[in-house]
Amino acid sequence: MSNIIAQTQSPSPSPSPSPSPSQRLDQGPMIKLRDVSKWYGHFQVLHDVSLDVRKGERVVICGPSGSGKSTLIRCINRLEEHQKGEIIVNGIEMTDNVKNIEKIRRNIGMVFQSFNLFPHLNVLDNLTIGPMLVRHMKKKDAEELAMQFLEKVRIPEQAQKYPLQLSGGQQQRVAIARSLCMQPEIMLFDEPTSALDPEMIKEVLDTMIELADSGMTMICVTHEMGFARTVADNVILMADGKTVESGTPEEFFGNPKNPRTRLFLEQILKH
Amino acid sequence: MTTQSQHAPKMATPLEPVMQFDPNAKVPFAKWVQKHLFTSLWQSLMTLVVAALLLRFAWFVLKWGVIDAVFYTPDPDVCRAAAGACWAVIVEKHRPMLFGLYPYDEHWRLVIMMVVYLSTIVASLMPKLWNFKILIPLWILSVTSIGILMFGGVLGLVYVPTSEWGGLPLTMILFSGTVLIGMPVAVVLALGRRSPMPVARGVSVVFIEALRGVPLITILFVAVNVFPLFLPAGVEVNKLLRITVGIAIFFACYQAEVIRGGLQAIPTGQYEAAASLNMSYWQTTRKIILPQALRISLPAITNHIIAAMKNTSFVIIIGLFDILTATTAVMQDPLWRRYYIEAYLFVAAVYLFFGYALSLYARQVEKWINSGRI
Amino acid sequence: MTHIDGSDQRGAKPRQTLSTLLYSKSFRTAVTQVVMAAVVIFIGLFLYQNVVENLRAQNIATGFGFLEQTSQFDIGEKMITYSARDSYGRAFVVGLLNTLSVSAAGIFLATLIGFTVGISRISSNWLLSKVATGYVEIVRNIPVILQVIFWSVLLRNLPNARNAVEVYGVGFLTNRGLTFAVPATHPIHSTMGIALVAGIVLAILGSIWARRHRESTGTYVNMLWPSIGLVIGLPVLAWLFGGAPTAISYPVQKGFNFQGGVTISPEFTALLIGIALYASGFIAEIVRAGLQATPKGQIEAARSMGFRPWFVTRYVVLPQALRVIVPPLTSQYVSLIKNSSIAVVVGYPDLVNIGNTVMNQTGQAVEAIAVMMLVYLTISLITSTFMNFYNRLVAIKER
Ligand SMILES: Nc1ncnc2c1ncn2[C@@H]1O[C@H](COP(=O)(O)OP(=O)(O)OP(=O)(O)O)[C@@H](O)[C@H]1O
Ligand SMILES: [Mg+2]
Repeated sequence: MSNIIAQTQSPSPSPSPSPSPSQRLDQGPMIKLRDVSKWYGHFQVLHDVSLDVRKGERVVICGPSGSGKSTLIRCINRLEEHQKGEIIVNGIEMTDNVKNIEKIRRNIGMVFQSFNLFPHLNVLDNLTIGPMLVRHMKKKDAEELAMQFLEKVRIPEQAQKYPLQLSGGQQQRVAIARSLCMQPEIMLFDEPTSALDPEMIKEVLDTMIELADSGMTMICVTHEMGFARTVADNVILMADGKTVESGTPEEFFGNPKNPRTRLFLEQILKH
Repeated sequence: MTTQSQHAPKMATPLEPVMQFDPNAKVPFAKWVQKHLFTSLWQSLMTLVVAALLLRFAWFVLKWGVIDAVFYTPDPDVCRAAAGACWAVIVEKHRPMLFGLYPYDEHWRLVIMMVVYLSTIVASLMPKLWNFKILIPLWILSVTSIGILMFGGVLGLVYVPTSEWGGLPLTMILFSGTVLIGMPVAVVLALGRRSPMPVARGVSVVFIEALRGVPLITILFVAVNVFPLFLPAGVEVNKLLRITVGIAIFFACYQAEVIRGGLQAIPTGQYEAAASLNMSYWQTTRKIILPQALRISLPAITNHIIAAMKNTSFVIIIGLFDILTATTAVMQDPLWRRYYIEAYLFVAAVYLFFGYALSLYARQVEKWINSGRI
Repeated sequence: MTHIDGSDQRGAKPRQTLSTLLYSKSFRTAVTQVVMAAVVIFIGLFLYQNVVENLRAQNIATGFGFLEQTSQFDIGEKMITYSARDSYGRAFVVGLLNTLSVSAAGIFLATLIGFTVGISRISSNWLLSKVATGYVEIVRNIPVILQVIFWSVLLRNLPNARNAVEVYGVGFLTNRGLTFAVPATHPIHSTMGIALVAGIVLAILGSIWARRHRESTGTYVNMLWPSIGLVIGLPVLAWLFGGAPTAISYPVQKGFNFQGGVTISPEFTALLIGIALYASGFIAEIVRAGLQATPKGQIEAARSMGFRPWFVTRYVVLPQALRVIVPPLTSQYVSLIKNSSIAVVVGYPDLVNIGNTVMNQTGQAVEAIAVMMLVYLTISLITSTFMNFYNRLVAIKER
């Protein structure tokens, strides 16, 4: 949890070489989904989805539109309720217990496709409001922390601007910094680059890759296959609310077992 | 983005026990009730209180308005004896209420006039007939026949001066006069306010802001008391016309601001595209800009049109006999004045009916616009 | 940018220069504007000329000298001393104060009802939101003048003082107005007023302190209940120190009237209820739109950061809602003030009603109407200045 902070505070932030997966993923699962199902009315969005994410693991979820990717990761911090199965985060089971939900949410940061910055607050205030209200930080400390993360996402000079004065890529990087300011152990990304122009996608992906290198546990819904190939430990394909394929990037891209995966890859690599 | 907006905001609703969850069950009525009315103790309490008050009120209305009410009697004493409403007052007095001071024996003309008026309006509202070849003859025909019916003096009809017009027909004339005169003025004012010429802009701004800053009544006072002074000696303008123009200009100033909003919403690309087609200012405005601006501001435009209908009732202050004034006058009758609640409810219902019809139509037009039909 | 060849050309090829001029856009614009200005000025002069001539022909005085003349009419309700021997000018002031007092009461009532109904509109309780919707549709769509007349007739048809309708032992409804019991005047009441102001000031200071405290230590102090406590508690304390006087002035029937208590005239009440209910429907819609203005995504973002529901409301929804609510709310207030000008239909002596009387007595319609219009224009202007200032203050900065 404190490793990012430690890194940013270290005087020479030389990118520490990414440890090998076996080194990073030695602990037990941090997020555990068991047979999670969810319905909207009569429509079943998730069919018995099971998933384990260990500390430091990076999971990429992809799949056709409407397959339930967003719903799945929104269940993990309970922006949506699941109706069947269990979700356990850091040993705490997700029920309707408000205290538990708060505890879990504090450990999970989330980045949205549409940024969702608070337009009435400037960038700095967007970053400090969470730490101050939820983590009871002093304003001075919160601002220091915020500036560190703004530097990490490479836009410290925008601190006094308002969100709508920034470009899409900058806004998304502010949103990432805002989540990081809560010092979460897990980051969820829901198509963070799909509302962006091509030249901005890169700057956001670079930020995410750096974050991955620092050892953050990440679940990303994205169609950036390059990102999945280089960063992911585990790539998952969802279709019709089920996980149809799951494996390392080598397996997933090189030797997909499920024909749907092949179809999906063909379609997505055509563009 | 689209999926995001589909997620309904969730308040902390308790998770149902997993065992009981049956995904294939129909959402039963009881579930619906539970979800919308009894989610928590506080909610349930509120539901019960509101329901109790509502039921009490409904029962009162039912008892007063139906069970104990008198629906028909020429004798006010029957109403006096009854505990409930006296709807008979409307049956008995509907003619002076609906037609005001208009000569009693000529009321049939007003009935025909209303039929002509309403059918013309209804016809003009149908997109199928939006064609100048149909609409212009239709309007010439119906305005002429309404004029003949209202004034008389030809075809053996008794002449009735405007000072004797009244009731619902007068409200209708005031309303449509307001919209017909007001809309073009509004467009001109809106264009003036957006004009690159400082003089045009200045005149429009001062005019719009000054009139929006004062109450309608003061404008009616001007129309009645001051306007005659503006004219050279010997020239006179009919009072009804002056008042209609007064309300229309007031209406136009509000409408101009709405249309200006629509004009502002049009991207500069549209102007540039028109310029690249070598269109003149007026061509651009008429064919490209205004149609879009009016579509954009349609919801607000209809709001002000409905407001214009309500605003016609202000003429009670300067003694024009619209439906409200006529009703108030009828309620001076010592035999029936006790039943003012019924009478005013009737008038309110008339306004509500026409207002509702207008807003229903506006919603339909919005649907047509969104589906690209118009 | 010195071009001498321009003058050369004029000498050499006059025709081309003329056509250049005639076809130049800026020249055409200038000519159009001059013509426009001329037309406006001409119409203005023409009207002015006519007015002057007509007034002379009808022997009507001009100018505002009449404001100093004795009015010779009395006014039923007044907030300052006034009698028939006072001037027209003073009569106008009485009218203005009456306009302002009924408007202030109306704004208070309309805001209270409007916010309640607006919040009920978006309640998750189906029944409540439907009832609120029904209320809004009814009060908004019946002409305000009809509503005011209705309440006025209703109040005038109440029984006389002998048969007054008693309201829970504290008040009476009669055709002479609403009479209700109030605490008997006691010197402590002014102290309580000061305590109330002090409570409000302290509550504001308290929230400023709480914010500073949170920023410097990180501890959040909820000032909602302490603030309410201060605002209510201080006056109560003052009352207790004043010996907790409980004497109440009950209205007692005396002939055709009541003695004791406080009476609000039926004219004032009818106008107040009418314009306040009418405005409350519009305010409810403004409030609803404001509360729904914050995009769901932002609320989700706040929740995903672990914000408690109250924090989401206080720091994400409310600041944005206020930006959406305040501008249309102020223009609703202005239109409520303008709607109070229908007072003449119920006989309440507001500015327009008195102006109307003055107009009829003096015949100086132009000046009397000018006074009314100027007063309302001033009110509108002040409000819109405030609104522009507020908008600039809170505008969400965009590119
Ligand atoms: N609030 C809701 N009510 C009803 N159905 C919903 C709701 N939200 C999502 N759905 C449906 O659930 C399914 C899964 O939605 P979800 O947003 O998880 O898809 P997704 O995989 O993220 O798609 P995309 O790639 O387009 O974002 C879709 O069919 C969607 O229509
Ligand atoms: Mg999605």
